[in-house]
Amino acid sequence: MSTVPWLTILLIVPTVGSLVVGLLPRARAELAKRLALTVAVAELVLAVLMAVSFHDSRPGFQFSQHYNWIKAFGISYSVGVDGIALALILLSVVLVPVVVLSSWHEADEADRNVPVFFALILSLETFMIGTFAATDVFLFYVFFEAMLIPVYFLIGSYGPTGEQAQRSYTAVKFLIYNLVGGLVMLAAVIGLYVVSAQNLRHGTFDFAQLRQLNITPGVQKLLFAGFFLAFAIKAPLWPFHTWLPDAGAQSPTGGAVLLVGVLDKVGTFGLIRYCIPLFPKATTWFAPLVLAMAVVGIFYGALLAIGQRDMKRLVAYTSLAHFGFIALGTFALTSQAGTGAVLYMINHGLSTGLLFIVVGFMVSRRESRDISAYGGMAKVTPVLAGVFLIAGLSSLSLPGLNSFPSEFLVLVGTFTRYRALAIVATAGIVLAAIYILYLYQRTMTGPLAEGIRAGVGDLSVREKVVVAPVVALIIALGIYPKPMIDMIRPAVTSTFADIGHSDPAPTSPAAAPQGVHK
Amino acid sequence: MSSVHALAGVGAEGATSVVGATGAFNATWLLLALPLAGAAVLLLGGRRTDRTGHLIGTLAAAASFVFGLVLFFTLHGRSSSGREVSSNLFTWLPVNGLKVNVGLLFDPLSSVFVLLITGVGTLIHIYSIGYMAHDPGRRRFFAYMNLFLASMLLLVLANDFLVTFVGWEMVGLSSYLLIKFWEYKPAAATAANKAFYVNRVGDVGFLIAIMLMFATVGTTSFTGVFNAVAQHAIGYGTLTAIALTLLLGAASKSGQFPLQTWLPDAMEGPTPISALIHAATMVTAGVYLIARSNPIFTGSQAARTVVLIVAAITILLGCVIGCAYDDIKKVLAYSTVSQIGYMFLAVGLGPAGYALGILHLLAHGFFKAGLFLGAGSVIHGMDDEQDARRFGGLWRFMPVTWVTFGLGYLAIIGFPGLSGFFTKDKIIEAAFDKGGTSGWILGCVALLGAGLTAFYMSRIFLLTFHGERRWSDSGPDAKHPHESPTVMTAPMIVLAFGSVFAGGLLVLGGSLQHWLTPSIGRSAEVGAHTINPAVLTVLTLVVAAGGFAGAYLRYQLRPVAAVAPADSEVSPVTVAARHDLFLNAFNEAVLMRPGQYLTRFLVWSEAVGIDGVVRGIAAGVGGLSGRMRRAQTGFVRTYALSMLTGSVLLVGALLLVKAS
Amino acid sequence: MNPSNYLVLAAILFSIGAVGVLVRRNAIVVFMCVELMLNAANLTLVTFSRIQGTLDGQVIAFFVMVVAAAEVVVGLAIILTIFRTRRSASVDDVNLLKY
Repeated sequence: MSTVPWLTILLIVPTVGSLVVGLLPRARAELAKRLALTVAVAELVLAVLMAVSFHDSRPGFQFSQHYNWIKAFGISYSVGVDGIALALILLSVVLVPVVVLSSWHEADEADRNVPVFFALILSLETFMIGTFAATDVFLFYVFFEAMLIPVYFLIGSYGPTGEQAQRSYTAVKFLIYNLVGGLVMLAAVIGLYVVSAQNLRHGTFDFAQLRQLNITPGVQKLLFAGFFLAFAIKAPLWPFHTWLPDAGAQSPTGGAVLLVGVLDKVGTFGLIRYCIPLFPKATTWFAPLVLAMAVVGIFYGALLAIGQRDMKRLVAYTSLAHFGFIALGTFALTSQAGTGAVLYMINHGLSTGLLFIVVGFMVSRRESRDISAYGGMAKVTPVLAGVFLIAGLSSLSLPGLNSFPSEFLVLVGTFTRYRALAIVATAGIVLAAIYILYLYQRTMTGPLAEGIRAGVGDLSVREKVVVAPVVALIIALGIYPKPMIDMIRPAVTSTFADIGHSDPAPTSPAAAPQGVHK
Repeated sequence: MSSVHALAGVGAEGATSVVGATGAFNATWLLLALPLAGAAVLLLGGRRTDRTGHLIGTLAAAASFVFGLVLFFTLHGRSSSGREVSSNLFTWLPVNGLKVNVGLLFDPLSSVFVLLITGVGTLIHIYSIGYMAHDPGRRRFFAYMNLFLASMLLLVLANDFLVTFVGWEMVGLSSYLLIKFWEYKPAAATAANKAFYVNRVGDVGFLIAIMLMFATVGTTSFTGVFNAVAQHAIGYGTLTAIALTLLLGAASKSGQFPLQTWLPDAMEGPTPISALIHAATMVTAGVYLIARSNPIFTGSQAARTVVLIVAAITILLGCVIGCAYDDIKKVLAYSTVSQIGYMFLAVGLGPAGYALGILHLLAHGFFKAGLFLGAGSVIHGMDDEQDARRFGGLWRFMPVTWVTFGLGYLAIIGFPGLSGFFTKDKIIEAAFDKGGTSGWILGCVALLGAGLTAFYMSRIFLLTFHGERRWSDSGPDAKHPHESPTVMTAPMIVLAFGSVFAGGLLVLGGSLQHWLTPSIGRSAEVGAHTINPAVLTVLTLVVAAGGFAGAYLRYQLRPVAAVAPADSEVSPVTVAARHDLFLNAFNEAVLMRPGQYLTRFLVWSEAVGIDGVVRGIAAGVGGLSGRMRRAQTGFVRTYALSMLTGSVLLVGALLLVKAS
Repeated sequence: MNPSNYLVLAAILFSIGAVGVLVRRNAIVVFMCVELMLNAANLTLVTFSRIQGTLDGQVIAFFVMVVAAAEVVVGLAIILTIFRTRRSASVDDVNLLKY
């Protein structure tokens, strides 16, 4: 095993960066931006270096570190990553530099503190990586809740100008909604500690030890419910989603990208990391409910997205539908669906992130989130329209782009166990086409809308640099997703295998073709 | 790049076997890589490639065609047992039991498609150089066309249903991009969206079929699935379900009833696109899919019956509506719908008809592409006028267009000796030969369709090129019809040759049927003909002549109004046909409007429902705390009293617990 | 003598103190009633100490006295300050700190 404490380095770099950037005087805005970008890029490089030395085939955690923190309560600073966590960390470190660069002028209004804005983004990066890397449930909880703080300020202080009341309403709604879930989870975390104290004679928060616990089904259900509520709110799943459209609309663009792109993944990540392996019996018991919520979410999110008038809210509602797919894949409990669900988390981060960025570009040109304020943009800003279309097509899971492999894996994996559900969910892809292409039609095609100056600029060089890596990843992961799948698959497979769920075998396999494609 | 694999036998008979790629076949991927690279260069190159874009695009298509020819003749040189060459490129989705490889299968079936796609594709690229010469977006147009070629080639070359599906969707994307090429026109944008939505409905079917295959046999590769069928490993019910869901996909892509509504609207795209995508190649993908999945369809009588019903309805529907439109492109579009109906009819007949379907598909590829290019030439020469009632007597002004369009027209109505005569008659014959009542019904439908085809095609031909001029070369609405430049007429001439000779050459000695045998199995020999073929041929010709006579009497001998008569002056059938038999209205009333209401209702209910609950809880907590803070009176003694009461209660409770 | 008598006495003293705190308005009197309650508690502690035969209760009683003394110092200072500004020693007049 590697001796380099990769994860600790990954946690320290943005923390230090955030402090330094945040303490810069307001007047040094330009320096703050450059410094933040440097830190974010350095973090990306470090994470890629770490990923290179990750061994795909090994199940279990790698780069693990373990130091006692509060010994009396069995709390420790334990970090480590499996394929799932590594994939999500990579997503985070890819999106943060993109967000920093795309938010270059986001906080430039006179009354806003630029260094603090970028410091908040960097601190958010620390917390996100922390939640994915933690292998101690208490440490996870600390990071999980700490994430709320920077987002609260990003919405409250850096949301759209001129919507002061709406902004603070949204910030408080976001905070309280997530805090409620978090506190219920805290109760469950403590409950887990108590159970471990009874079972092992010494209480612990260590994930590896907690996995070995033998919890009675009744207690499992209670604890599962506690964790699940927090994750269902964070993800969010229907019907715990109403904070998301508000937060999506009222965040600055960069905040929305990180919020929907990465932060919400903590919820879905929690489902597959904590809910399923810790409470296997409860998982089986709750699965039908979660699957039902997921399928309702797919249609509900899609239909509401079609009906939106605000572009950012529309994108937020599309995410609700996508989270439905992720939850569906997670709780179908087959390795295909599970791998697809994790892959979906990555792909959704990229495609929705890009959608938010592009919508942000549009808003910066027209100063309105209202769909009806746009029209015919493709003629004056063809590159913007093209990128928008790519992001949209990725969002509607066009084969050839990144989301399709994940969506197909989710559907096919679900199909082997729950045929009817998979068929119903498949019908959701029609609605996906409608919400994206209808939006494209209304904003980009037809005659040029009034209020858009004929000379409105197409993407600047900075904006092209922002979208290029994301577009490249969207195409690359669509054509050749194997590296990501190889990274994710062992962790997902062992998660389901440990709780005794194996894939349903084909009902009537043909004799000959076995081994042919090996 | 590619690894060599020996795969177990695939064909319908199980006698032939798929062999690994060697030699030139190792580079099969170049077929689609060339146009893909063309598209990438044109899209990423930006304005720098504006000047040369059309040449790069055409070159990429032509190179692909030449390479396709090389592969075709290499394949031709092999013995018939070694004519299915498979090469795996890379592993795409490896998740435990599921292993999807991106691989290419170059076999007789895909080879004819490769030649059709790249051949007709190259011709239409050349045509577009002239047609789009003055369009500022010409580079983008060629980029999308190249993208389409690559996607379509992936569709027909894939050796796995899921990879076929990727190509399937990519052609949908190209079609979408090209329909809305003039996206500043709201009608074009709407038509493109409609096409995408309707195709997505079919995609749901295709995806479910793929999932069923995986859940049943644990693989989605052609070899694996067909082997399982050959071993009768798949139950009849499942097989029928797979076939029917595949049919849903095929029907949407090929504009078959009830998913045909998008195809006529797609004529909003530039005419070369209508010729390439919406006539010759993409819309026939459904026929390809059924022919490719022939073991599945052969295994399910029930599914084939549904295919036949869909085909019969579509043939008549396309013909009837085609008789009522005046827009030359719409007529051709509905003609495409009904001609693909013939192909579906053929493949729905099972082993007797797979080859006939492909045969008609190839012939149709030539003459319909030619007809569309001719229509494009007319529209080009008439300043973007599409209404045939405003044409008339154009044969003098556009002789080349007149001749090439005329040959295509004669081919489609089945003029003796031309393509349609050989291919369509065979299908009609096979339909009658099916035997029984159903055979008679199908045969009569096909025969009636032939008559109607002759009628509406003659009508549009006469309205356009003959009769009196219904346009003027002076005044505000002046037209100056002129022949198109050589770069446009040359492809039309080539396609006209194809229209004339393709059918005969392909049928000659059953050459195509023989060639296709490794892919789709030997055509079942029909024992006894229901009707003597010679009699039937004469009968078909008589019916077609009747159709022509009807059109001639009505539109050549009698004057035609330059403006279509109002709905109140024509028969109810015509009114219905003008409104697409109210199928669009039906979709609008049954799907779109309720969908809109549902969406609006949900948006409203979200605000008062789910979010209402959330806000309600917040307001409740707020209100409650507002009440409760009134307890903070500020009087010390009140607090003391509450403290005392609390203590007493606590002590009392403790005592009570202890006592019990 | 039965030690429980002391407990009864302490209970009576405590109740008197408690009632005093509740019904009297004069801050000084309220304060003295509080002292009465504290001393009732002290008496209980000492009595229990006697019954148990250990010194714990008596030790705690000393702690209570010390705390009470400190409390008197702070409390009287507050009352004095309030009296200076408001010319009143009634606890009901000091009700500004409310909802």
